Amino acid sequence: MATVEVTFTPLPAHVRTARLVATAVARRSGVDESVLDEVRLAVGEACSRAVEAHRRHCPRQPIRVELTDHEERFEVVVTDSAPASENGAAPAAGDGGAGPSQEGRGSPRPGEHSGGGLGGITPPGTTEPADLQLPEGVGLAVIAGLADDVRISPAGAGISVRMSWKRRPHPETSLRLPGAPRIPGQRIPSFV
Amino acid sequence: MDLKLNHYNKDGIEVVDVEGEIDVYTAPRLRELLIDLVNKKNYQLVVNMEKVEFLDSTGLGVLVGGLKRVRAHDGSLDLVCTQERILKIFRITGLTKVFGIHETVDEAIAARKAEK
Repeated sequence: MATVEVTFTPLPAHVRTARLVATAVARRSGVDESVLDEVRLAVGEACSRAVEAHRRHCPRQPIRVELTDHEERFEVVVTDSAPASENGAAPAAGDGGAGPSQEGRGSPRPGEHSGGGLGGITPPGTTEPADLQLPEGVGLAVIAGLADDVRISPAGAGISVRMSWKRRPHPETSLRLPGAPRIPGQRIPSFV
Repeated sequence: MDLKLNHYNKDGIEVVDVEGEIDVYTAPRLRELLIDLVNKKNYQLVVNMEKVEFLDSTGLGVLVGGLKRVRAHDGSLDLVCTQERILKIFRITGLTKVFGIHETVDEAIAARKAEK
């Protein structure tokens, strides 16, 4: 069960709320302060992508964000209900292959997930492409550059974007009484 | 925090001050402003992002769109940004090679004038 779970209607205004909740829970979970900006941005990217997909395909369906403390990492899962082959994620994401595990952080590999790079955006003086939008998939590439680990997989009708970061075990999460023996795996109970 | 936009002309270059968060909710307002400026024949733009608290790929898309629009008129769109957390997303996406990124508005304007 997630430590905190949030569902929201697919409106752009709610993405900020999801970012704020994710950042607050990450901080409490013991994610390093220097990494909180990365959590905030990655969760925002995942939620923005989901909102855009839902607005096109299923505007009445909610988007789910699950935030979970594991032993040594903090995990966020953003799940949508939009058809996986049309919602901006790579279609063959059955085993997490679309969002390969990141070996180390911050590796700039734009466009790695769904091809297309940055839509042919070119340095000054070179030929310009006609479109004015970054292609779908850039958000996932940004997430891959920010999270310690990223996995994308089918989830019902849609997909889930699973991101995680290392965390320091928070003293409050053990809920130990003074003198009581530590119970392995004991965590703070769910808020939801 | 919501998005605040202001713009003014300095030495023939239109400077856009952006304050707050640029995301999927607020980015359309910045897009509209940049389109409006280009439609009014402002093709030399500097976007001052020193007070931007958050920028995601939606915001990047708006900036890239603005860059393409001004380049269609042989113009330019330079950025002012020194915040590491904002610069990071430019680096991850490789856009540091696409935008001129400067530390101050005056530096951005001087660099643009020097290229003319």
